[in-house]
Amino acid sequence: MKLNALVTLASAAVLSAGMAVAEPVKVGMITTLSGGGAGLGVAIRDGFMLALKQSGTTDVEVVVEDDQQKPDVAVQLADKMIQSDKVDILTGIVWSNLAMAVAPAATAQGKIYLSPNAGPSALAGKGCHPYYFNVAWQNDNLHEAAGAYANSAGLKNSFILAPNYPAGHDALAGYKRMYKGDLAGELLTKLGQTDYASELAQIRASGADSVFFFLPGGMGISFLKQYADSGIGLPLVGPAFSFDQDILQAVGDAALGVHNTSQWNKDLDNPANAAFVAAFLAEYGRLPSLYASQGYDTANLLLSAMAKADISDKDAFLAALRAADFDSVRGKFSFGPNQHPIQDIYVRQVVKEGDIYTNKLVGVALEDHSDVYAAECEM
Amino acid sequence: MSFLLLAEQLLNGLQFGVMLFLTAAGLTLVFGVMGLINLAHGSLFMIGAFAAAAVAAASGSFLLAVMASIAAAAAAGVLVEVLVIRRLYARDHLDQVLATFALILIFSEGTRWLFGSFPLFLDIPDYLSGPVTLPGGIDYPLYRLTIIGVGLLVALGLFLLIARTRLGIQIRAGESDREMIAALGVNISRLYTVVFALGAALAGLAGALIGAIQSVQVGMGEPVLILAFVVIVIGGIGSIKGALAGSILVGLTDTLGRALLPGLFGLFMEPADATSIGSALSSMLIYILMAVVLIVRPTGLYGARA
Amino acid sequence: MTRETLFNAVLGLGLFAFPLWAWWAEEPFMITLSTRVVILALAGVGLNLALGLGGLVSLGHAAFFGIGGYAMGILASHAQSYTPLMEFPFVIEGTKSMPVIWLVAVVASALAALVIGALSLRTSGVYFIMITLAFGQMLFYFAISWPAYGGEDGLSIYVRNSFPGLNTLDPIQFFLICYAILGAVLLLSARLAASPFGLALNAARQTSERVETVGIRPYRLRLTVFVISGMITGLAGALFADLNRFVSPSMLSWQTSGEIMVFVILGGVARLFGPVAGALLFILLEHVLGGLSEYWHIYLGLLLLGVVLFARGGVIGTLAGQGGKHG
Repeated sequence: MKLNALVTLASAAVLSAGMAVAEPVKVGMITTLSGGGAGLGVAIRDGFMLALKQSGTTDVEVVVEDDQQKPDVAVQLADKMIQSDKVDILTGIVWSNLAMAVAPAATAQGKIYLSPNAGPSALAGKGCHPYYFNVAWQNDNLHEAAGAYANSAGLKNSFILAPNYPAGHDALAGYKRMYKGDLAGELLTKLGQTDYASELAQIRASGADSVFFFLPGGMGISFLKQYADSGIGLPLVGPAFSFDQDILQAVGDAALGVHNTSQWNKDLDNPANAAFVAAFLAEYGRLPSLYASQGYDTANLLLSAMAKADISDKDAFLAALRAADFDSVRGKFSFGPNQHPIQDIYVRQVVKEGDIYTNKLVGVALEDHSDVYAAECEM
Repeated sequence: MSFLLLAEQLLNGLQFGVMLFLTAAGLTLVFGVMGLINLAHGSLFMIGAFAAAAVAAASGSFLLAVMASIAAAAAAGVLVEVLVIRRLYARDHLDQVLATFALILIFSEGTRWLFGSFPLFLDIPDYLSGPVTLPGGIDYPLYRLTIIGVGLLVALGLFLLIARTRLGIQIRAGESDREMIAALGVNISRLYTVVFALGAALAGLAGALIGAIQSVQVGMGEPVLILAFVVIVIGGIGSIKGALAGSILVGLTDTLGRALLPGLFGLFMEPADATSIGSALSSMLIYILMAVVLIVRPTGLYGARA
Repeated sequence: MTRETLFNAVLGLGLFAFPLWAWWAEEPFMITLSTRVVILALAGVGLNLALGLGGLVSLGHAAFFGIGGYAMGILASHAQSYTPLMEFPFVIEGTKSMPVIWLVAVVASALAALVIGALSLRTSGVYFIMITLAFGQMLFYFAISWPAYGGEDGLSIYVRNSFPGLNTLDPIQFFLICYAILGAVLLLSARLAASPFGLALNAARQTSERVETVGIRPYRLRLTVFVISGMITGLAGALFADLNRFVSPSMLSWQTSGEIMVFVILGGVARLFGPVAGALLFILLEHVLGGLSEYWHIYLGLLLLGVVLFARGGVIGTLAGQGGKHG
């Protein structure tokens, strides 16, 4: 038996009264645990496991495997989990391209997929599926919110940039969908690029009044540091990914004051969130990130469905998932017709609390926001 | 595009080129003297950056951090040279590729095991941060100018080392005839360890300097490694002069391609298509450059031997 | 060479018997895993022709692997959506038929290998390694930023393509198809090595001047073997995409080139069954070590290092002796 892959959650806690006596649910978690992208997978896994631990359930068995951020490995793991481990539910994938490789095939084989992060447009629109639930956001959402924020902040001439790959194109399209001002320039950078001197020179020369960027992972860290050092000093706007808790410490002062959009923050005022933040800090010794909050919500969604229906009754179980009857750390949370979230998206600002860089809420960018692809979804 | 912007982009290209030279110099030195393909060069770059981040966090001194990066990478270099690399000199390139590929796996996950999965903080010191105004009115980051300066100093230092010192004579002799200098009583094994450590130290220095304006994270070495290989192959493997020329050529090509191509395509295309195609082509540009150089000059610009 | 022949036979039979056992024991994933080994071995056999027989160290074979994969992805996705691939000057429809896809994959890889090979063979040694890498990287960045077929997201195919008379959705039947192809290609590869062409190529690898004096142009020999090598790896790419029902630019990345090369070196360069042994060992390690620790790459690295330093000539070289073929 594998050492860490098979985590059976045993606990002395008694099943709470009123809970349907269920047969155990087997969950396959495919996520990135090695290499440069491991931080995101670790956060999702930790959030997910924390929720299960808190619930004290003995009815969930989780198989965790590392996809190494490679699509073909993710496909192989999904095959293994479906064929060999006989899981009921798959979850965990961080990246859109891996989700596109795994989710359609898994749902076609009758497995439920709960996405804790990636939300490619193909799976929200024509490719939507009754077995596919997105518990995070549709990929465009945070960018749309950034566009809406730019309007409300009175920004009139944005320079926008993102890497040249599908999620980057979606980001620019999402921003432009909401943003009403002019564009001072638009750039597609190389995926994995680390030096932005050339782009910064173009921004400086463009006469823009603000910069919107989507550069996930190390690209964003590099860009922010170089942007701060360039002395351009225009207001920056972006989705939460480059300002996440786990990444901010590496960016430091360069991110201070930047406005970013997110469906969650650690100071969101609701009891579920307060409990989550405290428990996460106690369990892992660090503040939770956006990704951890999504993993945590994913597990709680699953638990809420298990309390209402038995996994062997697929229709009832899917209906229970669709109801999304759980206390989300984001406060309000429900599913739209394409089983993607309808939720508020907030504006946060990067601040320094003591020695820790973190975000504080400063406003709401979009209320009860869904996505534009829902109309194309026929279920 | 205004003349001033073009001038700034040229400066950016030069700066990117010098950054590439810092990472490529050690690689080409090791290949030139020992004939070793070291895929783990990127890992030494990463070790330098992590050591610098750790020391900067503990001491608050950037200078100390840079020195630590050199020391740590050199120490790691000596360690792998003695334990592993030494056994590979007599082997063919394939064994070297596989062994150093294995070293990448060990270094990357070892670093993650030591430092965790999240990126580390390493910043430019206050006295080097912010832009300065150059003649002509270009605002240019002081730190990037510093990198240009350090890179050119390293290049000068290497030229002097190879042309003027006893070690340099041995290195040159080693490049042309290994058996002979061993027969002449030079401790070849020690020479190799010293050269490998020197190459590692250069990679570590580059890691610290570049890490300060990029992301210090596991896996940061691999893209650098590929670029460094492109550079030394264009320049001619083993030649420091070639590495410098190759770096600057690649730096200028890449920077100007990114700056000019989308606009160029915009002259006869829809803006959206122009951005997309121009960006796609600019990301392929350095590889096209490399292929063209090798087709015209099969041993690179300054390469003597195949 | 009897020990090597014996070892090859055991390996070949074992790779056949294990999935049959898994089929009997109703462990479909073990069949999938074996299919993966067979397909990656096929890619390795392709590279081994260039590497072992021709002495051409190509770090760009992911290009052919990916071209094969995209041949499958593009044809099948058009068939899936009932849109023709091309309407002008004549209509080309997509297809879900494996033999047609294989043919397209092989022809497309051959053309690519002809162009890449013709240009790259002007160089040699490390320069050859790097110029093949450069061509691979060009295709990789092209695929990432080419929106028509999914860019970095890649292309998903919902149902595996069909083969006349067989049900390819059944893992064991798909395995048998791949196994049969690997067997045929191994046979071809053995015949090729023993043919006058193979002997001339071998001679050209060792001393180029000697074959030139008897009037053979090494450039042509090398280009031919490079094209054949690319065709086989392209075919493997088409099968790999069908196994995963998915193709993405990661098949074109330099890491993929590196991994295919690792299979070959791990198993034993220029050994007929080297890539088979290498792919088997690599997948086995990945599968076993992956569950041991989050930091399993460290163990993988240490094991690979051990093989290079202490098991010269790869697995087959060590087990079957006669390491003289190597180095």
